[in-house]
Amino acid sequence: MMPGIGVLTQDTLWCFSQVKGTIEIGATEADIISTVEFNHTGELLATGDKGGRVVIFQREQESKNQVHRRGEYNVYSTFQSHEPEFDYLKSLEIEEKINKIRWLPQQNAAYFLLSTNDKTVKLWKVSERDKRPEGYNLKDEEGRLRDPATITTLRVPVLRPMDLMVEATPRRVFANAHTYHINSISVNSDYETYMSADDLRINLWNFEITNQSFNIVDIKPANMEELTEVITAAEFHPHHCNSFVYSSSKGTIRLCDMRASALCDRHSKFFEEPEDPSNRSFFSEIISSISDVKFSHSGRYIMTRDYLTVKVWDLNMENRPIETYQVHDYLRSKLCSLYENDCIFDKFECVWNGSDSVIMTGSYNNFFRMFDRNTKRDVTLEASRENSKPRAILKPRKVCVGGKRRKDEISVDSLDFSKKILHTAWHPSENIIAVAATNNLYIFQDKVN
Amino acid sequence: MMLSKGLKRKREEEQEKETLAADAWWLDPSLPAAAQAPPAAASSSLFDLSVLKLHHSLRQGEPDLRHLVLVVNTLRRIQASMAPEPTLPPVPSPPAAPCVADSLLASSDAALSASMASLLEDLSHIEGLSQAPQPLVDEGPPGRPTGGSPASLGALDLLGPATGCLLDDELEGLFEDIDTSMYDSELWAPVSEGLKPGPEDGPGKEEALELDEAELDYLLDVLVGTQALERPPGPGR
Repeated sequence: MMPGIGVLTQDTLWCFSQVKGTIEIGATEADIISTVEFNHTGELLATGDKGGRVVIFQREQESKNQVHRRGEYNVYSTFQSHEPEFDYLKSLEIEEKINKIRWLPQQNAAYFLLSTNDKTVKLWKVSERDKRPEGYNLKDEEGRLRDPATITTLRVPVLRPMDLMVEATPRRVFANAHTYHINSISVNSDYETYMSADDLRINLWNFEITNQSFNIVDIKPANMEELTEVITAAEFHPHHCNSFVYSSSKGTIRLCDMRASALCDRHSKFFEEPEDPSNRSFFSEIISSISDVKFSHSGRYIMTRDYLTVKVWDLNMENRPIETYQVHDYLRSKLCSLYENDCIFDKFECVWNGSDSVIMTGSYNNFFRMFDRNTKRDVTLEASRENSKPRAILKPRKVCVGGKRRKDEISVDSLDFSKKILHTAWHPSENIIAVAATNNLYIFQDKVN
Repeated sequence: MMLSKGLKRKREEEQEKETLAADAWWLDPSLPAAAQAPPAAASSSLFDLSVLKLHHSLRQGEPDLRHLVLVVNTLRRIQASMAPEPTLPPVPSPPAAPCVADSLLASSDAALSASMASLLEDLSHIEGLSQAPQPLVDEGPPGRPTGGSPASLGALDLLGPATGCLLDDELEGLFEDIDTSMYDSELWAPVSEGLKPGPEDGPGKEEALELDEAELDYLLDVLVGTQALERPPGPGR
């Protein structure tokens, strides 16, 4: 499979591949998927849910006999990462919902990932066991102790094959460092440190040390009366281990350099687009709040998602983005209603494809959007059970804003705002995407010709 | 309500246009910015909605800070746009506001709730809310001390000059015979109405600085109503 293919031309067709998750009748709130992430090779796909569980899917080896079917993802490991906790001091329950999962690059046979809820980050080791020792001297095959009097000879236990078992064990627990809710974690390119960000602070951790973290950003005002802005997302630069960005609820992005000072309250660069006076409203600030920030794989650009748009910024230009894409501009006239039902506060994520040529983000009605940065084409697709026949090609969707609605179009008022696609992931090198639609995970691939 | 979570409604095209017009005409991008001053009634209803959201958010055990900050900032924008109006539309004052703010002081993040209460204070000149308590500076993130952090609760000054907002001066005299030495300290404000706040330089002030953990627990219990009022233990017990 050629890496880096991602050009959205008329030739690119997306097909349904798989769907994971319960059908609606059995779904509970705990099953709602809250994060999706491919690992660095794309071999593994992890999801976290509101119930604190992590499910890891592994891609099958491609079969030479079935050229039309690319490797499918099947369950590899399932474990309970976080449990609900009770903070006795504050009389509060701490949700077990997994906010983010981030993989570490693979350095040996085992896989490592970080998972976090609102307060605690955990490092999990996922490893395989396919052999077990047999022939103990003091125990029999069932593990019962043998009568020492019956032991007359000594033997060396040997390793014999067994059915594959995948174990997940918590190797580190990084707790008690966040007063506010953790919204982001990011592994540094040095592979020794990572950061965790909450509403007001960002902490730097060493993977080996759990009882200390170093505070690198603190925007909490001395007087809480003056609080007007919170941190919404943060990420390390993919190559420069000293650089990171964080976004705010006021639509700004700050690039910080840890070499400049120990406390990075002062930024190296400040990215903000001036407000468009013709679009000004009471909701201007809310819709400018950035819900996600992602570096491109190249490290040259950052992408931000606010309520109505996705923007691409060049790190060398701070005063405005180089590209702006409208995700669902038809909602601009509905902001009042969306404020009333709190949808305006929904936090959508955004992702780059492997070659940084296409970007993807979610919307309502189980729609998700892709934008080709080179051809400037965009497409709206839907994750639904109706389109879930194997290798069925996804038909582009269109929202009708006003006037006559064409046959295949859907009108704005018919959109289902409870079906939101907040979390998506793109395979690092192939055209395979994972889309979380409430409690279902859809996997789509481009059509193999 | 035009759109609600989870509801899928089909509308006739004419109805669509009407609702759009009624709902958010001032947000119509075709209108020039200058003409987009919303009618007072619409601002007022948006104001009420925002206040409701703020209250709802504050009632959560641990409010979503982003949601809270965005709602408060939006409320300020609406307030600013309403201010120049010569005659304000009648704004219903939410009576629970001071109680909500104060009751939160006995639980969860005292600093946060005190600060949000003082954010409400900003709105008080429109709504006639009571003066809010001062915020408490917390100890900052681990590993990095915040300058000027106070020892225990000494810096928390809950008795502003106007805490007698709920009572007239006349009514204060009715409660003169109640022993308020416990409440005269700087540390604790009365949660329920009818308790007279004592003078700031009352006998309790010296004791306040020496209150130990047991006494703080006791006071907390009283505030949350789990204990009947008793004479407090003497200092240094």
